Amino acid sequence: MMKFRFRRQGTDPQREKIKQELFAFNKTVEHGFPHQPSALAFDPKLQLMAIGTKSGAIKVYGAPGVEFTGLHKDTTAVTQIHFLPGQGRLLSLLDDNTIYLWELVAGAPREVVTLLHFLHPLLLLSATRVTVLLLLRSCDLLCIGTEGGGVYFLELPRLTLKDSQTLGEVLDSEAFLPDDYRCGKSLGPVESLQEHPQQPGKILIGYSRGLVVLWDLSTRQVEQLFLGKQQLESLVWERSGNLFVSSHNDGGYSVWTVTNGNTCNQQPVSSTIPYGPFPCKAINKILWRTTQTGSPVLLYSGGMPRASYGDRHCLTIQQDKEHVTLDFTSRVIDFFTVHSIEQEKEFDEPSALVVLLEEELVVIDLQNPGWPSLPTPYLAPLHSSAITCSFHISSVPPKLWERLVNAGKAQQGRQHAHGSWPICGGKNLAPPPKQQELLLTGHEDGTVRFWDASGVALTPLYKLGTANVFHTDCDPCDDPQDPSNDPDMQQEEEWPPFRKVGCFDPYSDDPRLGIQKISLCKYSNKLVVAGTAGQVIVLGLSDERSDHMVDVSVVDLLQDREGFTWKGHDRLEPRLKPAPFPPGFQPLVLVQCLPPASVTAVALHAEWNLISFGTSHGFGLFDYHRRNAVLARCTLHPNDSLAMEGPLSRVKSLKKSLRQSFRRIRKSRVSGKKRTITTPTSKVQEANAALAEQEDVAPVQRRIEPRSADDSLSGVVRCLCFADTFLRDGTHHGPTLWAGTNSGSVYAYALEVPGVGSGRACERGGAGESSVCVEAVLGKEIQLMHRAPVVSICVLDGRGKPLPDPYEASQDLAIAPDMTNAHSVLIASEEQLKVFSLPKVSAKTKFKLTAHEGCRVRKVALVAFSSTAQEDYSEHTLVCLTNLGDMHLFNIPALRPQVRYDCIRKEDISGIASCVFTKNGQGFYLISPSEYERFSLSAKVITEPLCSVQLDRPLEPTPALQGSPPLACCSRSLCGFLPLTGQTEEPPSALSSPILDTPLDSPLSCADLTLDSTGELTVEDVRDFLTTVDEAENNLKNIKEEEGRSTGILIN
Amino acid sequence: MNKNHRVPSNRSLSAVEVKSKFGAEFRRFSLDRSKPGRFDEFYGLLQHVHRIPNVELLVGYADVHGDLLPINNDDNYHKAITTASPLLRLFLQRKEEADYTTFGTDSLTRKKNTVLSAVLLRPDTNRKKTPVIISLPRDFRPVSSIIDVDILPETHRRVRLYKHGQEKPLGFYIRDGSSVRVTPQGLEKVPGIFISRMVPGGLAESTGLLAVNDEVLEVNGIEVAGKSLDQVTDMMIANSHNLIITVKPANQRNNVVRSGGGGGASGSSGRSSDSGASYYGYSSQGGVAAAVSMPSHIIQNFPVGELESDEEDEDLVIEAGGEAEPIRRAPSNYSMPTLPRYEPHLNLRNANARRSLEEDGTVITL
Repeated sequence: MMKFRFRRQGTDPQREKIKQELFAFNKTVEHGFPHQPSALAFDPKLQLMAIGTKSGAIKVYGAPGVEFTGLHKDTTAVTQIHFLPGQGRLLSLLDDNTIYLWELVAGAPREVVTLLHFLHPLLLLSATRVTVLLLLRSCDLLCIGTEGGGVYFLELPRLTLKDSQTLGEVLDSEAFLPDDYRCGKSLGPVESLQEHPQQPGKILIGYSRGLVVLWDLSTRQVEQLFLGKQQLESLVWERSGNLFVSSHNDGGYSVWTVTNGNTCNQQPVSSTIPYGPFPCKAINKILWRTTQTGSPVLLYSGGMPRASYGDRHCLTIQQDKEHVTLDFTSRVIDFFTVHSIEQEKEFDEPSALVVLLEEELVVIDLQNPGWPSLPTPYLAPLHSSAITCSFHISSVPPKLWERLVNAGKAQQGRQHAHGSWPICGGKNLAPPPKQQELLLTGHEDGTVRFWDASGVALTPLYKLGTANVFHTDCDPCDDPQDPSNDPDMQQEEEWPPFRKVGCFDPYSDDPRLGIQKISLCKYSNKLVVAGTAGQVIVLGLSDERSDHMVDVSVVDLLQDREGFTWKGHDRLEPRLKPAPFPPGFQPLVLVQCLPPASVTAVALHAEWNLISFGTSHGFGLFDYHRRNAVLARCTLHPNDSLAMEGPLSRVKSLKKSLRQSFRRIRKSRVSGKKRTITTPTSKVQEANAALAEQEDVAPVQRRIEPRSADDSLSGVVRCLCFADTFLRDGTHHGPTLWAGTNSGSVYAYALEVPGVGSGRACERGGAGESSVCVEAVLGKEIQLMHRAPVVSICVLDGRGKPLPDPYEASQDLAIAPDMTNAHSVLIASEEQLKVFSLPKVSAKTKFKLTAHEGCRVRKVALVAFSSTAQEDYSEHTLVCLTNLGDMHLFNIPALRPQVRYDCIRKEDISGIASCVFTKNGQGFYLISPSEYERFSLSAKVITEPLCSVQLDRPLEPTPALQGSPPLACCSRSLCGFLPLTGQTEEPPSALSSPILDTPLDSPLSCADLTLDSTGELTVEDVRDFLTTVDEAENNLKNIKEEEGRSTGILIN
Repeated sequence: MNKNHRVPSNRSLSAVEVKSKFGAEFRRFSLDRSKPGRFDEFYGLLQHVHRIPNVELLVGYADVHGDLLPINNDDNYHKAITTASPLLRLFLQRKEEADYTTFGTDSLTRKKNTVLSAVLLRPDTNRKKTPVIISLPRDFRPVSSIIDVDILPETHRRVRLYKHGQEKPLGFYIRDGSSVRVTPQGLEKVPGIFISRMVPGGLAESTGLLAVNDEVLEVNGIEVAGKSLDQVTDMMIANSHNLIITVKPANQRNNVVRSGGGGGASGSSGRSSDSGASYYGYSSQGGVAAAVSMPSHIIQNFPVGELESDEEDEDLVIEAGGEAEPIRRAPSNYSMPTLPRYEPHLNLRNANARRSLEEDGTVITL
């Protein structure tokens, strides 16, 4: 009994060394769009853009391939980010009223000083909440506007309070202010702080009540007063400093002139409510950019007529007569323009507008007429429709790559201008990828997107829609494919002149279109996609546009089993008339399973022209060359009635329920258009969701019962695989098909494919190949005793290596499999890994993972790991991702555990469910609906950012920090950042080495942290100003307590 | 072949005379009592002497009481040999029933079963329901045992549940909880896994060896400390066909007292149940008190023990485990010598049976 103990390989030092050369776990890059962005900033000098998120992450992007990540220790929303231009430093203001200073360092961005706890959270006074930050151009002073109306000044980079300069009381005492602008004693929250563009030291302070003050820092006097009539939202200077623009709560904006000698300005030069006269929503932010050609460009978000378009997320660009209302599908977080910043230039000359939306980033080219949008080379909204599955192909042949790129260009050409990407800071130092990698994502709306996953920036290549194979309620051809065509026509009649921008579209026309499984043969360019309504589509790549009919076949998987009625959705209606298919992948054959349950597994063998597909009812084999169904096999257990209830039964399908909850979240987030399509499944979904929630509430108690054949959904086909191996006897090998089900059954069929295989098949095939059909004969039926779902089946050759992909052997693209020694089959169930010899199917080796570790196998892949030390040495390894989110690596066929890594949080069920592995030891999983985390298990194959940025400052620690230990970095990529000023300056070793030693995400990295005296002083100083005496004492007490506990607490 | 067979020497007639009847034919031969060999050799010998090499046989013998008892594994074969006085009368039958492959204690058939043929393991459903005569060996199967009494602390109990081929559910639930541990620093509360609920009529309840609020310490030899409820659930389910749970019973009054003397009583209770309500235990002499539905009733305040069971409506269960485990010798296969007896004889033969078991040195297992 004790032999169950985790088998341990003797600590053979030789083997340990090899393992180190093969395996290493790193999370390398996050692909996609940051989840829940909350702040945006741009450094015009370095051309870097920073995005902060609600979870406290800061991501900095430059040219494609240049990216850095920092993570605040708290998961507090980042509300504002301000760059210190040219320095590679930035300030972040968090929702909890703390300000952090970050800087880019060799290795990674890291926190330098974290300023004040503005106040202890418990003592937060409404009067002291930070509302705005202004960093003076000189970068030595930070102005902080607060809710209480006070403005405070901090010296940078030490972040110490300049107590001599606090503004608030001064103004409060200004007797001549009308009482309207007072809020009790003070002036109300500060809404905006803007520095005079020409005269440093003069700042414009806008209060929420509409009062705007021009303040001179050097004389400490009010230079001018502007008495706005409306509640203020934002302020912006014109470049010359002669006028500024304020935007207001009522949807209007006002232009004010700044003329010397006039201390109190009652009236703006002009005041406009662009979308009036009916009540409008506030203009949250306004920008005023001058151009050489004449009229300034005015950009503002919001301001829509409240009643008719109050729910739209809009941004208006206006210049002269030209007026475009960009209509987004998600909320506008912030925006900026890329424009000339050189002081001597007279005009702004904006070249691009960058808009951060809640779900995507949109860039508008302001230089080309019509203001077209630019394709983004990174930050792609992966989730423009919810991701339902993914598939990875490594070493894509150049020919296929080229054709895909061309097909993608043809698609994009219609939509996007070919302007250059405006954010181009930093330099990507990563060598060009040795091989091209494709990531395919299947989406809820029936599209498959092809991404270039070769490098750090995940770029869209090509998008394939499958909806046009079907006849759907809203025919895709009726839809305006090209949003830029329509607005031109609409411009005349519609006001405001809306233009749909962006590609985030969470609404699926028909949930049945959703893609569930994808398989691509990179040599024959055949693609199989399978979806929610049992549709399996075989597509071929074509460079020409084509109008053709798609052949349709229906395969009944129930096979006359009686007593079942399908209560789920109907199958999709195939399109009856020929449809136009653009260049790219074009559908050839459509196979529809009956009942139309969601496809749960597909396999493609392009060399044999066969596809196989499985649902919760059974599996089928289809010859797409001859267009005939070869086999349909029902896997239903007679007692399993739940399988018939529809796509979502009550059975715990966490993957699905999670996806649903994501959908729910999204629905609630994206306010506005309500979708009330009542599909037959939506009621079932609701009921299931309700049920799932009930389950959550139930007391935590688990039933201990072995799985039985009666368990529901036991017939779900979990995996399918084709293999050329020995099934009938040990001397003749031939094509086989393997299928594994949810209840631990494995079916192995011997196939006779004309012209393929040794022995009999050939002889028969010789008679008349064209007339002969593919035949399938059941060879073996295996029932795993523990009845756990079969996750994966894979045939190993005589040397214990996985069989090569179709065409690889016949085209000499891979080492031919060993067909002389006995083959074996590796069957991975949720509980056990097992290798059986073939053809006898007797167990050779096994590993009972669940019995030992209490975890269940979720994903399995056979991966070739190459060694860092020896060029030509590689090992095939079985990688298992378990329900606890850890990776177990086993050698094959001995199934000895090699290493184990914690990878995904075990609570992150959707992350675990979404994980895909590459063939060379990398992988992807979703960390949010919109982001893939890329990780590497291989010591050799790692894709991570490698870039440099030219900075103005020497790469020295900030003076404030000297003498104090460097603070730990919060970055994921340790070597992602190279010395900034390039090769001339060595990074001080004191700075770089501790960082490299710090383990990633280690709790120690916070604990080590000691705060230098500067920080403490700062806190005390601030306290004096912002709190009463009692509070100050409390504060002090708190701080002392905190110090007693941990030195690092002030940073939190 | 007969390397370590422990054969009693007290009844030492050197040879056993065997009279074997198959159909209308008789064969006579003799066996060395001290070296009986193994059952499958014996089986082969029978086929040979009857010249029916390919016929599947059911082997039965008449015991001292005149009952027809099966021989289908080494243990009951040895038992038959040792109790034969002096003649061993055998009755051979064709195995006609197709369902004989049903998993049971039959070691011969068991060997043929690979994991793969587990499809076959589903007990066939039309077998029961006949108001059963306790006879055919396949109807006897251990359902539970207490094991490792000698190596575990007295406060702990290691229970083995044999789910194989059972129609009954395992029938228990587990939950999270916290328990108090004594540590050098004093008492400490640690999270633990507890049995939260028993399903009436389930295997767990019927054994009476597990009870609500027992703390689960190990599952098949692997400690559960530090594992989540879900992990422990998965481990138990993965081992469900042969589940060994080490618990710290909530009720510590029924613990095994080891000093009670080596060989202790063994209780096996066979319980038939045509329809339920009855259960049989040894009410008299130092037997096992069996409890049915209230696990807390189980009293095992004498060495060893265990056993007991419940009423089940169709199946006959004879618990094999009922042997003390004085010293465990070879951990033999758990397919234990079941001692099939007719109900009426149980009490009568109890002492007898026990003695012979001891003599045999058959062990329970693990």
